[in-house]
Amino acid sequence: MKYDRIITAALLSVGFFLLFLAVWHIGTYQEEHTVEAVELTSEQVAILEEAGMSASDKETYSSQGLTFDQINQIASMGLTLDDIEMAGGLEAFGFTTGGAAEEAKTGFPSPALVWEEAYYQLSDPFYDRGPNDKGIGTQLKYSLFRVGMGFFLAVIVAVPLGFLIGMSPLLNMALMPYIQILKPISPLAWLPVALFLIKDSEKASIFVIFVCSIWPMLINTSFGVANVKNDWLNIAKTLECSKFRTAYSVILPAAAPTIFTGMRISLSIAWLVIVAAEMVIGGIGVGYFVWNEWNGLNLASMIFAIFIIGIVGLCLDLTLGQFVKIFSYED
Amino acid sequence: MNDESNFISTQLLQKVYPATKRGQEDLTVFDKVNFNIRKGEFTTCIGHSGCGKSTILNILAGLAEPTSGSVMMDGKSVSGPSLDKAVVFQNHSLLPWKTAIENVAFAVKSRHPEWSLLQIRKQCVKYLEMVGLNDSYNRKPSELSGGMRQRVGIARAFAIESKLLLMDEPFGALDALTRGIIQEELIKIWEQTQQTVFMITHDVDEAIFLSDRIFLMTNGPYARVAEAVVVDLPRPRDRSQIVHHPDYYKIRNHLVDFLVSRSHELSGSSNGAEERQEESGTVDGELLLPPDVNPALA
Ligand SMILES: Nc1ncnc2c1ncn2[C@@H]1O[C@H](COP(=O)(O)OP(=O)(O)OP(=O)(O)O)[C@@H](O)[C@H]1O
Ligand SMILES: [Mg+2]
Repeated sequence: MKYDRIITAALLSVGFFLLFLAVWHIGTYQEEHTVEAVELTSEQVAILEEAGMSASDKETYSSQGLTFDQINQIASMGLTLDDIEMAGGLEAFGFTTGGAAEEAKTGFPSPALVWEEAYYQLSDPFYDRGPNDKGIGTQLKYSLFRVGMGFFLAVIVAVPLGFLIGMSPLLNMALMPYIQILKPISPLAWLPVALFLIKDSEKASIFVIFVCSIWPMLINTSFGVANVKNDWLNIAKTLECSKFRTAYSVILPAAAPTIFTGMRISLSIAWLVIVAAEMVIGGIGVGYFVWNEWNGLNLASMIFAIFIIGIVGLCLDLTLGQFVKIFSYED
Repeated sequence: MNDESNFISTQLLQKVYPATKRGQEDLTVFDKVNFNIRKGEFTTCIGHSGCGKSTILNILAGLAEPTSGSVMMDGKSVSGPSLDKAVVFQNHSLLPWKTAIENVAFAVKSRHPEWSLLQIRKQCVKYLEMVGLNDSYNRKPSELSGGMRQRVGIARAFAIESKLLLMDEPFGALDALTRGIIQEELIKIWEQTQQTVFMITHDVDEAIFLSDRIFLMTNGPYARVAEAVVVDLPRPRDRSQIVHHPDYYKIRNHLVDFLVSRSHELSGSSNGAEERQEESGTVDGELLLPPDVNPALA
């Protein structure tokens, strides 16, 4: 029964994916074949030949979808196809050919193209051809390092602080207003502040991750600690446990699932934020990679990078999800 | 007063829960609750649901504060929970991330921080076996039945061998057979250790089987301990024999009669000479204790 459902769900998932690929494929496939050769009438052919255009040149132009008027214009300039290609192709002269028209309209790469790009990128993920051209693996390494550092620093600060806030209703009341004000500020808003104060883009991006990671952990930790069941605390009290022992053997395990859920939320947000931050900061990292590929109109590569961002995010989430599972208990 | 006769004494205990909504009145759960428990005595407390039994037990344990009044134990005022007072909670209160034996070990380690792991384990096993949990040590509470969980809670309280044992309906979730077995174990432990016991129960037969005295509480609000019924049946008591004792049904009828009608009649505030003395909870400066009643002599 249970397996039946899992298998059905898996099949359905695969089905949806294939549907998605099909829509994508059809959406991009049709565009490539909108180029229709323009039929020239015999009169028009005669005019062109009179202007001195070779028959083969004329064929090429018309097959690329140029109208008679456009071809005539070329003919009147007295250029051969070789001249034009030397000068950078028809587009350089301001003509939109069939191929270029398609590209300008959507420019969207087909699934096959992205797949090719993925294969190419993954076959050498750590290549290094200068500062603006590094493999996706290298980019990921930098992004993950920033996320890891920022997140780690946030854990070090947020968990103990959250513990204190959770234990002390007074601190809770005193600090919650600030937390509530700081929490909704977009972490990117801190970027200029960080850049101004730290003057180092690497450290600034780590700071931004730190800031965005800290709130969910702080709030979840203090909530988890404050909401430990009174019954459990009473047990510790009747056993005359010291404050430290109570914190360590009752409060910490009781709040652990909530604390790890906070970490999980933080890490997800951190991964969202790093892409945006790297787009702004530039240099290196997946966010910048996406931006750079967009600027270079390497759309296949950009889309591939977007998929990779999703997959890495999923892996991060699953890892933290495992921790939540390990530390959760059934009451 | 000699210490033997009032190892525990409560003085004019009162608990008021302030109104939470406007227009609501404060809830005085109980008022002027006085009773003494002798050292080594086994007492139970019977009263209708909501009359404040658990609240009194929590105050005895030091986990709750009375609105007014005080509790003395061994001549000292009870100011907080301690290892002298083991508690079996009404809802068992096990730590869900610890296994059965870890839950008991947590208590034993608190009691005997100097013990080796082996000693702790031996003590845990001894008490877990006593409550009939022979092969479920390593299961988490969520993997145990309600009755098994309650037994772990009982083992945990027994294992610290405290002077005072406070139990809030400890056998509520158990079937009759298990209940009987654990009651007998409880009596054995009590006879060995000479602990003082205060236990809440809804089961009249259980109360008679176990107790030296049974405190009867009137219905709330303004609940009081109306009387202490002396159970003078010889020990050791045998479950199947005790019901044939000529006094058994006298006591039982007295208790049932109290629960069915008198707990209600005596509740709240009525007028009368006797009542006026009770208004203050004292007579001539002495605490007015609930009368010891022996239905067998009536
Ligand atoms: N936090 C609270 N706020 C307001 N009223 C409360 C609170 N806790 C308990 N009460 C009230 O105090 C009364 C006594 O509660 P208590 O748990 O002591 O009853 P009990 O005699 O143990 O009942 P039971 O036999 O059902 O366990 C109840 O009427 C309850 O409504
Ligand atoms: Mg109760």
